[in-house]
Amino acid sequence: MMRDERLIFEKSVEGRIGYSLPENDVPVVNPEELFAGQMLRKADPEIPELSEVDVIRHYTNLSKRNYGVDSGFYPLGSCTMKYNPKINEDIASMEGIAQMHPLQNPLSAQGNLEILYRMDKYLSEILGMERVTLQPAAGAQGEMTGLMIIKAYHMYRLDSKRIKIIVPDSSHGTNPASAALAGFEVVHIPSDDKGCVDIKALEDILDDTVAGLMLTNPNTLGLFEEDILQISKMVHECGGLLYYDGANMNAIMGIARPGDMGFDIAHLNLHKTFSTPHGGGGPGSGPIGVVKELVPFLPVPLVEKENDYYVLDYERPLSIGKVKSFYGNFGIILRAYSYIRTMGAQGLKTASQAAVLNANYIRKKLEDLYEIPQNRICMHEFVLSAQRQAKNGITALEIAKNLLDEGIHPPTIYFPLIVHEAMMIEPTETESPETLDAFIEIMRRIAIKAQDDPESLKNAPKTTYVSRLDEVKAARTPVLRWKK
Amino acid sequence: MKSSYIPMTTQQQEAMLSTVGVKSLDELFLAIPEELRLKDDLNLPTPLSEHELKKHMNTLAQQNFDAGWNSCFLGAGIYDHIIPSAVKHIISRQEFYTAYTPYQPEISQGVLQSIFEFQTMIAELTGMDAANASLYDGATALYEAVLLASRYNGRKEVLIARSVNPEYRKVLYSGLRYSGIAIKEIDFNKDENNSNGENGTINFEFLKSNINKNTAAIVVQSPNFFGIVEDIKAVSQKAQEVDALLIAVCDPISLGVFESPGALGADIVVGEAQPLGNPMNYGGPLLGYFAVKSPFIRRMPGRIVGETTDSEGRRGFVLTLQAREQHIRREKATSNVCTNQALCALAATTYLSLMGKEGLKEVASQCISKAHYTYNSLLKTLNVSRIFDAPFFREFVVKPKIKPDILNEELLTENIIGGYDLTSEYPELEGCWLVAVTEKRSKKEIDNFVNKVARICQGGIINDEG
Repeated sequence: MMRDERLIFEKSVEGRIGYSLPENDVPVVNPEELFAGQMLRKADPEIPELSEVDVIRHYTNLSKRNYGVDSGFYPLGSCTMKYNPKINEDIASMEGIAQMHPLQNPLSAQGNLEILYRMDKYLSEILGMERVTLQPAAGAQGEMTGLMIIKAYHMYRLDSKRIKIIVPDSSHGTNPASAALAGFEVVHIPSDDKGCVDIKALEDILDDTVAGLMLTNPNTLGLFEEDILQISKMVHECGGLLYYDGANMNAIMGIARPGDMGFDIAHLNLHKTFSTPHGGGGPGSGPIGVVKELVPFLPVPLVEKENDYYVLDYERPLSIGKVKSFYGNFGIILRAYSYIRTMGAQGLKTASQAAVLNANYIRKKLEDLYEIPQNRICMHEFVLSAQRQAKNGITALEIAKNLLDEGIHPPTIYFPLIVHEAMMIEPTETESPETLDAFIEIMRRIAIKAQDDPESLKNAPKTTYVSRLDEVKAARTPVLRWKK
Repeated sequence: MKSSYIPMTTQQQEAMLSTVGVKSLDELFLAIPEELRLKDDLNLPTPLSEHELKKHMNTLAQQNFDAGWNSCFLGAGIYDHIIPSAVKHIISRQEFYTAYTPYQPEISQGVLQSIFEFQTMIAELTGMDAANASLYDGATALYEAVLLASRYNGRKEVLIARSVNPEYRKVLYSGLRYSGIAIKEIDFNKDENNSNGENGTINFEFLKSNINKNTAAIVVQSPNFFGIVEDIKAVSQKAQEVDALLIAVCDPISLGVFESPGALGADIVVGEAQPLGNPMNYGGPLLGYFAVKSPFIRRMPGRIVGETTDSEGRRGFVLTLQAREQHIRREKATSNVCTNQALCALAATTYLSLMGKEGLKEVASQCISKAHYTYNSLLKTLNVSRIFDAPFFREFVVKPKIKPDILNEELLTENIIGGYDLTSEYPELEGCWLVAVTEKRSKKEIDNFVNKVARICQGGIINDEG
């Protein structure tokens, strides 16, 4: 293929068109007659002029420089890059469903409202919660919503001294960022030598200024917090609430539920656990479920069923209001609905079991060549450390870049922050043992080379469209747009 | 249970369990306390095959009035524009839609370059120096803009025009509830005795009497929620007098004909880019955009793509300015956002590339012509009355003789999705109706709409307010 680095703007040819619009069949209104001159655009924006063929070729060629789940193995820890079933895509663009306006009379949107209503029920069941709001657009927004509910709950009880949110040092970065944004003070607690919440440290922090604790379980080391019942008891006894970061829910669908563990609020990432595509960075969907006591604080509206009709309920005086316009990312919710309906209870459980078995299988097959700080049965992911390889200059980053040359998307690297040279591996249930074996074989080969011939591993990737990119230069002198 | 998405066979499962050193799947979950392990299956419906699912979804679809089958005159922030076929084909390429956030730039140049092109197009349309990779929707983009402004100048009050989309204002109120930032709404002109062409625009007297040294920012929308084009320049001059920032909320289609807010003095421009090639999706996913002048670049929320070079000096793209972000800065990040709407941004970029500057101008011009034709035709029937007199873009307010909710219900039986009832959000505009007309509506559809409105009004229930 010929190398073509041009941007779409650099392919523009004056006078070329790529659209087919109906002729204007009503009397033409000249904007100059209506609007004062200063309101009208003087210089055209640099929007390129191309034919449809040019545009299709440009973006088709760009797509070839990208890697998706359909391209190959994508063991990106904490992101659950499972296969995105094709039927879900068809459902999401179905006639009669996709082209609905959110402000239509609810009577004319009964089908869509029924989907939202059922999803509330299904996700509540999966989480072990009372009700679910589908409004948050992503996990981070779910967190924000949950924290706003925690705030509203304490304020409603006139308990305004609760200003602290506790997060483990192994937590996702969004946890402390969301807590700060919701106006809380963030307190980090260390992990103990087993990689779980340090109970002693937690005990020392807990007092009547604690609003809540955010936890992901299994945690970011892929370990189930075995003391979870004690943790939730301790937090509740001091008057705090527990927030469940659902990023790792793919480990325990149909096996255990955050509600039963004592969590009061839990989010799900439909784009992780429920197979909806990541879209190259979004759109996602981050519904949250809450226990009965917190239902009054959920965002408006909720979908209710009244006399066989589905209605949007805005009459919720204690509600925190709206965190996003309308009802959430409906197009994504639809795909997850389709997934739950095709998998059923047994299918979801099988998915979690297979995800956990796959992770343990890889762990077992790599444990002799890589350091695994918590080397015991893990959940759906595990974290290895490339410390041994790093001594020869083959860091987690170098390993990642070598995987690119092998046609594999690398695991998450340098996260969680508490493990040096971390590589977080999450295979998901949708990968075959053959794929896992191929990955294991490559990882073993890299480990051996890192010992015997580290030089041969440097300067990867060599087969990709571009080689290693200068990120420092990009940040020092930002070029964020093309200019003529 | 067997599933077509889980390749592991029973035999392979046995072999893998033995490699791991456990006897059963259950043994993998022993770390979960016994009392937490579910004994029964979740209570979910029996699984459906693909074919059964499609049938089920068809049944649900029949309970809906889809804009694909009906004429849609509803807007209020979400618009039914024509989407070229090519858009869907591009966003359906698996390399784009099944990819994750481009953390590994060497195998993500497709998404990264397309976002760079998106950032450029948004910057061009808005007349700003830079744009980010997109945010959840226009409402959350506005929330982020207000936070940026308040953090920038340390001020704690924001003035927002009441003619800004009510959905946006609601999200802003919720988000700022415990932030210490106060919101004051600026009314719009509605003086029936004075038709100076300003009714429906922001009230400058009110603005003048409320702006002061505590004002972090003024938020103005143009075209505003009523479809009326605001004088952004005049508002920006007011903001400058007290060194407040001007946040403009703008519809990207309208920027095909209207002056860019950047050229009119806006510091931050945000809005909803759904009209650019994205379906209405029952309100989500949408596509928030966020553009700024240079002093604010390093304070932007969300993902940003920058140009750089690879080790051989070739042009390439990476996620950049990440020192602002949550995964590096944790509680000190500028925002908690990590998702953007990359696929919707790709749809918008593809759309704009197909339309080109001429196509975009044509769409915007047709909106103006068709909205005015509809407005004038409705007025001529004498069944609706005029409310505002300032010039509008694609949407306008009228007061029909019967209540809008009843009118809309009747119109549905004629396969028409009627306008937006302003009554509950704007009690001062009780009985008023916001009608949107895009380039997608033909003269025939418009004439039919006008006739049906007239007929229903004549035969229907008289509006209490007359």
